[in-house]
Amino acid sequence: MTEPIVRHYGPKAYADHAPFSYPDYKSTVRRAPTQDLMTIVQTLSETTGPGPVWADVSEEDADLTTNAATGGSAIGERIIVTGKVLDEDGKGISGVLMEIWQPNACGRYAHWRETAFPAPLDPNFIGVGQCKTNENGEYRFITIKPGPYPWGNHPNAWRPAHIHFSLMGPSLGSRLVTQMYFQNDPLFFQDPIFNSVPEHSRHRLVASYDHGVTEENWALGWRWDIVLRGKAATPFEDGEDG
Amino acid sequence: MTSHGETPSQTVGPYFTLRLTGEGQNILTTSDDRIVIEGTVYDGAGNHIEDALLEIWQAGTSGRYRHPDDTRDLPVEDGFIGFGRTASDFETGAYRFETLKPGPVPDPEGEDQAPHVSLIVQGRGMLNPVFTRIYFSDEPDKNANDLVLRRVPESRRHTLIARLQDGTKPPTYRFDVRMQGDDETVFFDF
Repeated sequence: MTEPIVRHYGPKAYADHAPFSYPDYKSTVRRAPTQDLMTIVQTLSETTGPGPVWADVSEEDADLTTNAATGGSAIGERIIVTGKVLDEDGKGISGVLMEIWQPNACGRYAHWRETAFPAPLDPNFIGVGQCKTNENGEYRFITIKPGPYPWGNHPNAWRPAHIHFSLMGPSLGSRLVTQMYFQNDPLFFQDPIFNSVPEHSRHRLVASYDHGVTEENWALGWRWDIVLRGKAATPFEDGEDG
Repeated sequence: MTSHGETPSQTVGPYFTLRLTGEGQNILTTSDDRIVIEGTVYDGAGNHIEDALLEIWQAGTSGRYRHPDDTRDLPVEDGFIGFGRTASDFETGAYRFETLKPGPVPDPEGEDQAPHVSLIVQGRGMLNPVFTRIYFSDEPDKNANDLVLRRVPESRRHTLIARLQDGTKPPTYRFDVRMQGDDETVFFDF
């Protein structure tokens, strides 16, 4: 019988992530575990994951300005969001399914729960997309720049403009859901979700404007790389697919 | 080689159902041998969580994962991926999966682990995902020998065991998730 490859993953970098409980973000108070996490050994259940197989069920759907399929184009500042999905050694990861969702240019989500914010919907924008990374780990979305929107966390609370990203990495432990922000957003100072992340790693959530990505007479370019939890830095034998 | 730091996690927020939980993604199989795993997600005040994202990952009935690293010469049911996801119900906090009962997966010492399903829970107000395992109440002997379960303090072990409901067909297991409180679910780091 062929033995499975148990690729051990390095420890999760908890110090680079937000704490579970961050009282400035009020909803965390009753939803954060209070007991310590229990450390367990990595078995195949932890070192495998849905990423490699789940990605196969995806179709390309990377242009959010047209994927409402109404024949019209979404209104707003058209942008290109591109970058690489990397492991902690800086190596691109191919075939990663990336799913995104966001509000429209006015800050309004096309979601039935959003009823409090009187901003218009855009019939040509549903605010959801997906793509897979190519053989170099690169991805590229076309969308419109999301607007900031108010929420009820604290007086006059506004979320900075952001796009939600969901990635299925190669293993269970590399599952990542996060939010991408835009460089120099003036709303960062008062947003507890952004500021829940330790200061030293907060910049990793922020896309940079990149004029080299911008396309003349078409769209402005933003660059954002994503790093997933990688294998342990020990001399395990490399598989063919790295 | 440059070391690259992990991209930090952020909450899925209240609107993830726009993209992440399409119709039928909680039905992993329609086989006659299917089981049901259902339950409710609760917060620390005992209120149901109306907007949790639940994702499961598991082996097929042979114990093999559909994943390139699981190279064992064992079958996986046709069309069975072993991944499912769903949102808890907005009114009740309930969730439901239809799936297969997984077979044994080896631990690092080569012993069989008890059948289990990995579960990831995320939600508004959760800045990071939590990872746990769903074991089965009708496998007491295997549970007693399971490498992971054995290490969980006995007083908390029950939070990881889905209870088979009497007389249910298909067999239906109940597994509630409690983020806090006396019966706080055991969450794992690995």
